[in-house]
Amino acid sequence: MAQFKMHLLVCGGTGCRASQSEIIVENLKSEIKNLGLENDAQVVITGCFGFCEKGPIVKIVPDNTFYTQVKPEDCAEIVREHILKGRKVKRLLYEDPETQKHIEDSKHMNFYQKQIRIALRNCGFIDPENIDEYIARDGYAALGNIITGMSPQEAIDIMKKSGLRGRGGGGFPTGIKWEIASKNKADQKYVVCNADEGDPGAFMDRSILEGDPHSVIEAMAICGYCIGATKGIVYIRAEYPLAIKRLKIAARQSRAYGLLGQDILGSGFSFDIELRYGAGAFVCGEETALIKSMEGLRGEPTVKPPFPAEKGYLGKPTNVNNVETFANVPAIFLKGAEWFSSIGTAKSKGTKVFALAGKINNVGLIEVPMGITLREVIFEIGGGIKDGKKFKAVQTGGPSGGCLTEKHLDTPIDFDNLIAAGSMMGSGGMIVMDEDDCMVSVAKFYLEFTVEESCGKCAPCRIGNKRLHEILEKICSGKGVEADIDYLKNLSRVIKDTALCGLGQTSPNPVLSTIECGACYEKCKFTAIHVQ
Amino acid sequence: MEKIKITIDNTEVEVSKGATIYHAAKQIGIDIPVLCYLNLEHLNIENRPGGCRICVVEVEGRRNLAPSCSTECTPGMVVHTHNLRVMNARKTVLELILSDHPKECLVCSSSGQCDLQKLSQMMGIREIHAVENAEMSTYRKDFSPALRRDMDKCIMCRRCETICNDVQTVGALSAVNRGFMSVVAPAFEQDLVDSPCTFCGQCVAVCPTGALTPFDDTAKVIRALSDPSKTVIVQTAPAVRAALGEEFGLEPGTLVTGKMVAALRSLGFDKVFDTDFAADLTIMEEGTELLDRIGRYLSGEKDVKLPILTSCCPAWVNFFEEYYPDMLDIPSTARSPQQMFGAIAKNYYADLLKVKREDLVVVSVMPCLAKKYECQREEFSTNGNRDVDFSISTRELASLIKSCNINFDSLTEEEFDQPLGESTGAAVIFGATGGVIEAAVRTAYELFTGKKLEKIDFKELRGLDGIRMATVDFNGTPIHIGIAHQLGNARKLLDGIRSGMYNFHAIEIMACPGGCIGGAGQPLHHGHSDIIKARFDAIYREDSQKKIRKSHENPFIIKLYEEFLGHPLSEKSHHLLHTHYFDKHKK
Amino acid sequence: MSALILQDCHKKTIEEICIYYKNDPGDLIKILHKAQTAFGYLPESVQREIAFHLKISVAKVYGVVTFYSFFTMTPKGKHPISVCMGTACYVRGAEKVLDELKDQLRIKVGGVTENGKFSLDCLRCVGACGLAPVLLIGEKVYGRVEASQIKGILDSYQD
Repeated sequence: MAQFKMHLLVCGGTGCRASQSEIIVENLKSEIKNLGLENDAQVVITGCFGFCEKGPIVKIVPDNTFYTQVKPEDCAEIVREHILKGRKVKRLLYEDPETQKHIEDSKHMNFYQKQIRIALRNCGFIDPENIDEYIARDGYAALGNIITGMSPQEAIDIMKKSGLRGRGGGGFPTGIKWEIASKNKADQKYVVCNADEGDPGAFMDRSILEGDPHSVIEAMAICGYCIGATKGIVYIRAEYPLAIKRLKIAARQSRAYGLLGQDILGSGFSFDIELRYGAGAFVCGEETALIKSMEGLRGEPTVKPPFPAEKGYLGKPTNVNNVETFANVPAIFLKGAEWFSSIGTAKSKGTKVFALAGKINNVGLIEVPMGITLREVIFEIGGGIKDGKKFKAVQTGGPSGGCLTEKHLDTPIDFDNLIAAGSMMGSGGMIVMDEDDCMVSVAKFYLEFTVEESCGKCAPCRIGNKRLHEILEKICSGKGVEADIDYLKNLSRVIKDTALCGLGQTSPNPVLSTIECGACYEKCKFTAIHVQ
Repeated sequence: MEKIKITIDNTEVEVSKGATIYHAAKQIGIDIPVLCYLNLEHLNIENRPGGCRICVVEVEGRRNLAPSCSTECTPGMVVHTHNLRVMNARKTVLELILSDHPKECLVCSSSGQCDLQKLSQMMGIREIHAVENAEMSTYRKDFSPALRRDMDKCIMCRRCETICNDVQTVGALSAVNRGFMSVVAPAFEQDLVDSPCTFCGQCVAVCPTGALTPFDDTAKVIRALSDPSKTVIVQTAPAVRAALGEEFGLEPGTLVTGKMVAALRSLGFDKVFDTDFAADLTIMEEGTELLDRIGRYLSGEKDVKLPILTSCCPAWVNFFEEYYPDMLDIPSTARSPQQMFGAIAKNYYADLLKVKREDLVVVSVMPCLAKKYECQREEFSTNGNRDVDFSISTRELASLIKSCNINFDSLTEEEFDQPLGESTGAAVIFGATGGVIEAAVRTAYELFTGKKLEKIDFKELRGLDGIRMATVDFNGTPIHIGIAHQLGNARKLLDGIRSGMYNFHAIEIMACPGGCIGGAGQPLHHGHSDIIKARFDAIYREDSQKKIRKSHENPFIIKLYEEFLGHPLSEKSHHLLHTHYFDKHKK
Repeated sequence: MSALILQDCHKKTIEEICIYYKNDPGDLIKILHKAQTAFGYLPESVQREIAFHLKISVAKVYGVVTFYSFFTMTPKGKHPISVCMGTACYVRGAEKVLDELKDQLRIKVGGVTENGKFSLDCLRCVGACGLAPVLLIGEKVYGRVEASQIKGILDSYQD
């Protein structure tokens, strides 16, 4: 990146591309050419900046100027004014909703100030289709250090010490998971990256793969070294064409650099990855179902134990982690377990990426330290509720989570606190609702989702969720009776207690947590007035 | 084997490592209810999807309840099988299952046999909590000549899917769709007749509800019996007598031949005959065919097809027509005993009685559902009149007897009618796996060597192992024999033959576990494979008690050849007692 | 469900896809993806042909096809419409947009208009939550859609 004076970073994430960011890139390039600035400025397509609300984003470094909602016709002005004359285009700068002042650079935006970016460290900074940019930011250094200078157990010990817990929802300690897989002897083991993000309203994994695919590949190779696997598989949603394309490019480049394949960096360690496509089944995010799907079968979960670490893909020990978990790994090895574990709460270390959406001013992708409060996320990073309405609740954890209200606003966010509050970390969807929204209908929305996505294997999930949904419909149509609430509660608890897999065991959470919220049900129990 | 100790309901129990909670509980007399779980130990068949969640128990220290059928014991585990949490969960889950199940128990053909119904009674379900008009998952009904599918009653236990794919390797069924609308069905939810289904009916034999039931022709039998213009005769397969008693509360393995004959006579059949007679006839034809092929092979003829495969089992015939169309010239061309009986009855016995073919109604009582299909095959009809008009199952006979208020237990034993009721021990053992080939060997040995067989029991051919191999000494000539029961095992043998791995002279194959005694028309075993073992023993007991134990010594068979057929493989035999096979993909 | 009689060229396409994956049943889902890309949908005849090459039962192939919502047995319209039903879009009014589409096109979700021009489906989060509610027509993304705009959007597809 060094030879240019200025870089124009344009978000190439799915959201911004949908608002013509590709045309913006073309226009910027042609204007630079028109003005003969080819040797001074370079246009780079990056991954997601996170601030999707104000997309498309154009960021100019080194001064970190942050232009929002750029239109193709604005490009000429940006190049002429900013690049050539050194004057910022004021009208395109981000305007603070409270002070109504233009903020000149991203470092001073509330949206970014409270964030700590580990998993997203490269998203929006590098060209994901260029391995050199990843390497320039210490990419593959962790892998190199480990495979040439560390035993697998030493590396696992670092992982354990870091306290990293699985970011896919369950929160199982990653180091321990790796250790179990490493101790199971087999002629072949597998590292699987779960990129079958299916939670409605969550797109963090996709953003990482689109913005920084190499970090995932590097982490998978590290994991392979630790557990003794030579094969990695990325199970990715077929609906993510851009992520698939960038992952393929990244793997090709890594192979060309000898960072994947036989005898990596002369260490004697060999590792390579391949891609498998999901086909639209949310339950395949559950690791045993994912393995079935990779084997070409219906993605139905199986009873655990045996865990994948003992008997996984093709019956071999298999370690499954999700994208965000992997994205943390290289950073942990570069900066040390102590650094990582210094961030976060007692039992939840590091950061978590959330997809912040709903009735909130700053929709986008954020990465915050564990232990941050919902209030900080919603009112500082998120910029508060849209159109000045009143906050009602925030739904976390998607279909496995629940609604948190006013009283939870100051609860520090971590795995255990969210469960205690009746919700879940889940994969990181965070949907903010205002006073107009009815939580019963949100619970119904999630139940509809679960009913549609239930695999049908176990009775509690297959039939129970259907019945929950029917009762919610009854209540929403104003025909509810007191006994319905008791029945909802009992049925929800039994489903949680008896369902076969994580999907079923958490599916009643949206119902239970909204009942806990109380007020909403009181209002809509016998009338239909909640439907705004 | 390493032992571990766990505590179940305050009782300590020592179990082998790897045992499940369900089995550990069983050891100390705690019967945890199950629904989807099925374990036929003697036959190596297990279905354990962990899907119904009825068998859940509380394990201290675990967040959720654990399915006892598929949770292994770990040292020091403390389990509660009937505390409030467990009972409430079981009851609620059962109510859920019932909420998506038609409430037509009173008229359901599985009523009284239904595991779901039994469970509902046991758990004391008195009402089903659900919203009014809760949606039910409904599917198109499917009637085939052998079985009917009413998948509204399916509870997704997946037993049929396991049997059809893992045990029988037929591949007619699969779980399809997802979630609430998931169901086990043939491809494209088409009719079974358009699928590779062999009609072995083993899916019916394990279905815990009325979702899969036999196609029932009993009503037509009753109509024929009450028609004065018809002469109605019945034949009973060897396996029926070893199981029918179970339907009347007798111990499994009780032989009820005499009472069965009495009951059939009491029902109004004009003649009560025995399929065993036709089994002896089958041995004459098939055994001669075997000797013919072996003889020609030994004399150096190049194009002789060996091994010869038995062809008594109609599901097996369907299976090789579907999957081994390149090997259609290997099986014996001999018809099954049911069809040999039908052909002899309609072409020989009708003349003896001086009744027209159309006025003679042949009913068979079979342990089998595929027989219902077999008697409808076109090649077994003359001018649209079937050789065997109707085939009913052991269970259907039992309910017919009950519905005609015949007190089975108090019946005096009676004998079969003649001439088509005489049979030998060789015919009886057709009912068990390995029996047909043993019967064939008894006859072939004497015909081949010209010597009298000293040791009639070929114990090396018996047993319940899925695949068995043995060599029989034909006076210095070793005859290699293979035996398989269950179609998955048959597939292994066939693939081995196709690839040249095996060199057999003769192979017996039966589609059902244990042979016909485990047929899908038999009283339901409800997961107790020791019942099949008891029937197995009963069959060999009957054989050992028979005066004549070799088919070619059956006096009425000898007479039939003298008077009518001439000799085995004669032209008349070929016409009446042999058949040909079709490539199902060319139909 | 729609019947497609396979021509030799179709059979060749399927055979090539299967051979590319070494006729390995473990790659069934990849093969179905490729076949759907090639044919636009997975009619019965295509599934039968795949089962034949992989030496697995047709029932099993059908079981897999019906499990995954990405696979379809009906051909899509010339302009396939997908409405994002992710939570962000839902709370910002995706349901109203969907209802309007159903009214205008007079089809249900999963259906195709009689002239084959449009088909209508839902999908879960395209990840453009900043633009919620979002709908896709073909590859084109429409953001911040309101029910009142639907007619105009549909009218812009003349052919």
